[in-house]
Amino acid sequence: MNEPAAIVARSLTRTFGKTTALTGLDFEIMRGELYGLVGPDGAGKTTTMRILSGVMLPTSGDALVAGHSVIKEPERVKEKIGYMSQRFGLYEDLTVIENIHFYADLFEVPTKERPPRIDRLLGFSNLTPFKDRLAGNLSGGMKQKLGLACALIHTPQVLLLDEPTNGVDPVSRRDFWKILYDLLREKITIFLSTAYLDEAERCTRIGLIHAGRILLEDQPALLRRSLDIRMVEIRPDNIRRAARILEEIQGIAALSVYGDRIHVGLGKTDSLQTVSGALESRGIRIDSIREIIPSLEDVFISRVARHD
Amino acid sequence: MSILRVKAITKKEFIQVGRDTFSLLMAFLMPVMLLVIFGYAITLDVNKIRTVVYDQDKSSESRELISRFRDCGYFTVEAYLDNHLDIDSNLDSGNAFAAIWIPRDFSKKLQARIDSPIQIILDGSDSNTATIAQGYILAITEEYNAKFRGVRAVPLVDARIRVWYNTELKSRNFIVPGLIAVIMSVIVALLTSLTIAREWERGTMEQLISTPVKTSELILGKLIPYFVIGLIDTLVAIGMSVFLFDVALRGSIVLLIALSSIFLFGSLSFGIFISIISKSQVLAAQMAMIGTFLPAFLLSGFMFAISNMPKPLQVLTYAVPARYFVSIVKSIFLKGSTLTMIGVEALLLVIYAVAVFMIANRKLAKRIM
Repeated sequence: MNEPAAIVARSLTRTFGKTTALTGLDFEIMRGELYGLVGPDGAGKTTTMRILSGVMLPTSGDALVAGHSVIKEPERVKEKIGYMSQRFGLYEDLTVIENIHFYADLFEVPTKERPPRIDRLLGFSNLTPFKDRLAGNLSGGMKQKLGLACALIHTPQVLLLDEPTNGVDPVSRRDFWKILYDLLREKITIFLSTAYLDEAERCTRIGLIHAGRILLEDQPALLRRSLDIRMVEIRPDNIRRAARILEEIQGIAALSVYGDRIHVGLGKTDSLQTVSGALESRGIRIDSIREIIPSLEDVFISRVARHD
Repeated sequence: MSILRVKAITKKEFIQVGRDTFSLLMAFLMPVMLLVIFGYAITLDVNKIRTVVYDQDKSSESRELISRFRDCGYFTVEAYLDNHLDIDSNLDSGNAFAAIWIPRDFSKKLQARIDSPIQIILDGSDSNTATIAQGYILAITEEYNAKFRGVRAVPLVDARIRVWYNTELKSRNFIVPGLIAVIMSVIVALLTSLTIAREWERGTMEQLISTPVKTSELILGKLIPYFVIGLIDTLVAIGMSVFLFDVALRGSIVLLIALSSIFLFGSLSFGIFISIISKSQVLAAQMAMIGTFLPAFLLSGFMFAISNMPKPLQVLTYAVPARYFVSIVKSIFLKGSTLTMIGVEALLLVIYAVAVFMIANRKLAKRIM
């Protein structure tokens, strides 16, 4: 494909006083991708979003969004993107339809094109029955859908969503993702950030961000197989003691506890027996032990552990 | 500049103000209340001076002197005392402002054509009223002397005073027009100072600056609704001055409204400027109060004559736009001034308005720092 990338970040760096929020971010996102920037709070997701949407300047580096530099032509960028900030950025004392019209005016959407677009946006977001309700009286999920509708009113090429489903109930989240897939079919590029790893699995490509750096980047399925460690799931009888013992063993790449199970990352050459032996010799009974396909969470934790 | 975007923001602000009871009350009820309270309460006129009388003489002469005080309209006799100690208690308690003490030999001395002193005690804790009362007392006794002598003393220099512009010397006539200026600078700056700070506080600003809206469109769009409100307030205030307070509007109402509009534009821009630099509503409101109310009230010449201020303060008043506007409103109301007479003040208002608008426009960055 010779098509130019929808988003290109070139060593994006941003500092706030003495703290560094982003350290030389590089990535390229093609048209029609649904890219997820995944990482914990404080990793630099919101800062990245703000720089890409042209509302914050990077300290150094640059980014091209829809073909325009966020430093040199932020206003051109703003015409071509739809941005949804993390906080619900709509007017709570305006109704649903008033909010949509307000953004349609700001983006100078031609009057003739408005009725069909608004009908469509209200339709797919299921907001038609609520169009005269004050935005402040909507549920969390409906607010996010209204935000999305407002961000889409000018049919942007690139959609930037900063933790769009944060604090939204599971049913609304599923609705929201259905909308995103519909948009993807129309070749819109979607760049979103999330702290939920189950959501990350739904992206076409993800980047794991931690402490202002992208640690790795790939399709979710490939990422899970990319680990150069074997994930082992153990169900011991005394989970707390078992975890403490395992932490002392050399060569354990990652360790996390899920209810009555422990996930342990082993080096490719280490065998299951090393682990089970160590536990049994200290009097721990093992109910089951098996090798599993690593989840994104396993991948992320092992990478973060290695990075730190 | 996109008219559509300016219109969008104006419409949004109108809807928001219309749905916010507090803003509505502040926009429409507060100016009326301030005008009523200040218009009735602030009066520098001195009349009905509460007076007690201790007449030891009880002669026809003393009674005539007392009736002269009582009938002139400036004094009301609250009580006749029969003990000089009561004078102290009446003045101490604030029951009386003035006391007249006529000694036992008052009429005897008058008939003998020798100096016949009476004592008048004034409460000097309100120096302004005391000074004015002193003038009345001197005039009354002077007149009484002349009458008693039978011949009117012929003064060498006879000053015939005519007061122009405010013939009756009613303080309300100059306070009310000045008040219009003060109220307008406070209300509009206070209202607008909240608008951009509110957007930052509620998180809507980040969304707003991610759209192609220009800063000038944003500021203008936010100014227009408050300009309309301010203009309505001005008309109401002018109407109240003329019909409620009987202050005659001698000049052109068109000129008054035109110059009010310019002043409004400057005040509104100042409010927006405060809103931009403070980013929080509480801070913005405080800054607007300190930045507009205090100077407009104290340094505009609205109540306190600028020429009586110490030099450094006088210099400071040149930086207070309300100063020029207060003088404009007073001139148009009382003197019937035309534009040529107040051209300098009007020009300064224009410069101020344009400058503040441009500074606000520069200060509003479409970036998060």
